[in-house]
Amino acid sequence: MHFVKWRRVTWEGCSVLLDINDGDRLVFARLSPASTLKIGKKNCSLKPLIGCPFGSLFKVENGKDGLFLLRIFHTEESNNIEEEEDGISEDVSKDNREIVDNNTAQRLTDQDIHAMQRQGATGDEIVEALITHSATFEKKTSFSQAKYRLRKQKKYAPKVLLRRPFARSICEAYFKKYPSRIGFLRLDALSLLLTMANVTAYSDILVVDMVGGLLTGAVAERLGGTGYVCNAYSGATPYPMDIARIFNFSNEICERIVRCCLTDLCPVLNGTCELVNQSKDACNSKTEQKEKLSSCESVSMEQDIVAEDGVPEVIAEKAAPLALKPSKSAKAGEGASDNLINLWKERGFSSLLIAAPELDAWSILQKLLPLLSYSAPFAIYHQYLQPLATCMHHLQIEKLAVGLQISEPWLREYQVLPSRTHPCMQMSAFGGYILSGTRTCTYDAHSH
Amino acid sequence: MLPGDPSQAISLQRRIRDGDLVIVYERHDNMKAVKVNEGGVLQNRFGVFKHSDWIGKPFGSKVFSHKKGFIYLLAPTPELWTLVLSHRTQILYLADISFVIMYMEIVPGCVVLECGTGSGSLTTSLARAVAPSGHVYTFDFHEQRAAYAREDFELTQLSSLVTVGVADIQGDGFPAKFLGTADSVFLDLPQPWLAIPSAGKMLKPDGILCSFSPCIEQVQHSCETLKSKFTDIRTFEVLLRTYEVKEARTEASCGDDGGFLRPLPCKRRPQSAGDHDADEVSSDSAVVVAKPAAEARGHTGYLTFARHQCL
Ligand SMILES: C[S@@+](CC[C@H](N)C(=O)[O-])C[C@H]1O[C@@H](n2cnc3c(N)ncnc32)[C@H](O)[C@@H]1O
Repeated sequence: MHFVKWRRVTWEGCSVLLDINDGDRLVFARLSPASTLKIGKKNCSLKPLIGCPFGSLFKVENGKDGLFLLRIFHTEESNNIEEEEDGISEDVSKDNREIVDNNTAQRLTDQDIHAMQRQGATGDEIVEALITHSATFEKKTSFSQAKYRLRKQKKYAPKVLLRRPFARSICEAYFKKYPSRIGFLRLDALSLLLTMANVTAYSDILVVDMVGGLLTGAVAERLGGTGYVCNAYSGATPYPMDIARIFNFSNEICERIVRCCLTDLCPVLNGTCELVNQSKDACNSKTEQKEKLSSCESVSMEQDIVAEDGVPEVIAEKAAPLALKPSKSAKAGEGASDNLINLWKERGFSSLLIAAPELDAWSILQKLLPLLSYSAPFAIYHQYLQPLATCMHHLQIEKLAVGLQISEPWLREYQVLPSRTHPCMQMSAFGGYILSGTRTCTYDAHSH
Repeated sequence: MLPGDPSQAISLQRRIRDGDLVIVYERHDNMKAVKVNEGGVLQNRFGVFKHSDWIGKPFGSKVFSHKKGFIYLLAPTPELWTLVLSHRTQILYLADISFVIMYMEIVPGCVVLECGTGSGSLTTSLARAVAPSGHVYTFDFHEQRAAYAREDFELTQLSSLVTVGVADIQGDGFPAKFLGTADSVFLDLPQPWLAIPSAGKMLKPDGILCSFSPCIEQVQHSCETLKSKFTDIRTFEVLLRTYEVKEARTEASCGDDGGFLRPLPCKRRPQSAGDHDADEVSSDSAVVVAKPAAEARGHTGYLTFARHQCL
């Protein structure tokens, strides 16, 4: 058996997450010699990123042919950056009583800066010049100085961090910039779902994913090219799963992501056999259509998911469109074969995961629970409590499951600095609810 | 506990066999691991259960005692194991465990180092995450704990994925043979900062370290130590709030306080998944209501994550 290897160095055609200036901008891109990243009004080639280890840090530099990315190394200072003003200053010798905010503090004009740039000054040199020409810099506390420096650095010497797109980084990026596209599924809630459903190698996981493919991708990542993730949908059109294509899945993993419409999995739902077959054909052709569509729309996954100063700025990275050069991940999400479907009907799925904000929890679970193997765990995410409470009540009354629990995750980050440790000033106040449980063997209970 | 190939995954055909490990479920807060043994019996407040009655039944079945008391027999999972294992130390629970696995980016094939093993609660979930091709090397300086942990991994059939070593990691660091081999390192130690320099050496570039500490002073100290060789240092606290669900009857009030909710009479209200009355029928005026459980774990520990610098 051939096992998946996770590469730690990028390659041509690889999907990456670019973290610009400590999370100010997050961009998903696919690396090719022609792909570029937009910085300000200029384009910057991503070619230097090919063949670099994930985790590498780059600085945007000004060259005679425009901007270019230069690999640099992490410094210890970057670990001391404080979040927004917490009002606690360690530097008691200075305070801000003498600082008057007017626009005359900076003696360097925009024209001066442009001139420096034309003469080939590096970003860091410009930052230093700005500091030298600031009338108030010396009067600032050391923390304000550090913050001033950082602000100027972000503008004139931006940094780009090369990240592996993993379930973690993808979920964090979307939650930060476009939470609605992933149904507000916070990282700790996603972690819980995967754990509660016992997602592990060699299992067949039934998934209802209306969170853009994030759940499907996260499950496939944990299966590592074994077992199957069956992405089920009701109706004729599969749910979009573009996010699953951001993961760097090898062929082995992509083949394990299949789609199936609910009428095929539970034919009793839809009258006669003939009808079922018809609808299956309809499903399949729809799937293909959708498939073509999503590969043409490849830019959507390469889009910036950016919101700077609260203004979402969506930039399509134009180079290396997936449509021209089908990436390896293009195969994820084929229709499940009849063989597989029959196997699942016979053996049952090993677990069930639902993240479908638009569906009623109990109606969907009622259909899917019989497809599960006895003693299989399930976990349902929802933003609202009531549908899950109702669902749980039905399960209790009908004795379909044990270990039933509704949980609400809570996550708080801390700033840890000498004498200035405290919870972060901003936190996400809500991570949704999860109903989890284990299917019981109903058949035996009745026969007793 | 974990399938070693597709045929071992839980299925509708799978029947309980002699020698299987089952989780006996009485209530959500009362479970126990039992190894099935042809001639064995289980005795609890519901009566005497003969193992021989269990053999041949599917996992998830309800089985009865001589006095018609019943329990459920579940297939073991790392989550259930965490609830039934014998506590030889403080252990990690679901919320922390799930976040740690996700945040450390542990996927099949990863090599993970852990210290200390403790009761093996986290180790069991680490094993699931690296399966089928990765490995967990876990260390504890307490000889007897290490031995018990090994026995547990035999029982849960994780021995091919987990190796338990005895070593003083705070004093001596991780064994040199792991230099540069680990995708991630997890520490649950009283003085993690003593083990951090060694952990750094074991990690591959960009590999992730996580340290779990109950006290903020430990976190403070660890973060100071992390600064020189690590980036992306972040500290989190993760908790869970659970909800109670009840069916209540609304009554239109004739008084001036509007309608109000009243729980259904006690004996008809479900107490847990296992022991409610089936003849309970929702009347038209009944609604399902939910509220947070009155008691919860208020603190477990802080999770500090950091990436080994990429050179
Ligand atoms: C709280 S327990 C770990 C619990 C574990 N995370 C779990 O989920 O079951 C901490 C363990 O660290 C071990 N330990 C403490 N100091 C150690 C050292 N210097 N080297 C190795 N192990 C040590 C203790 O023996 C103890 O078993």
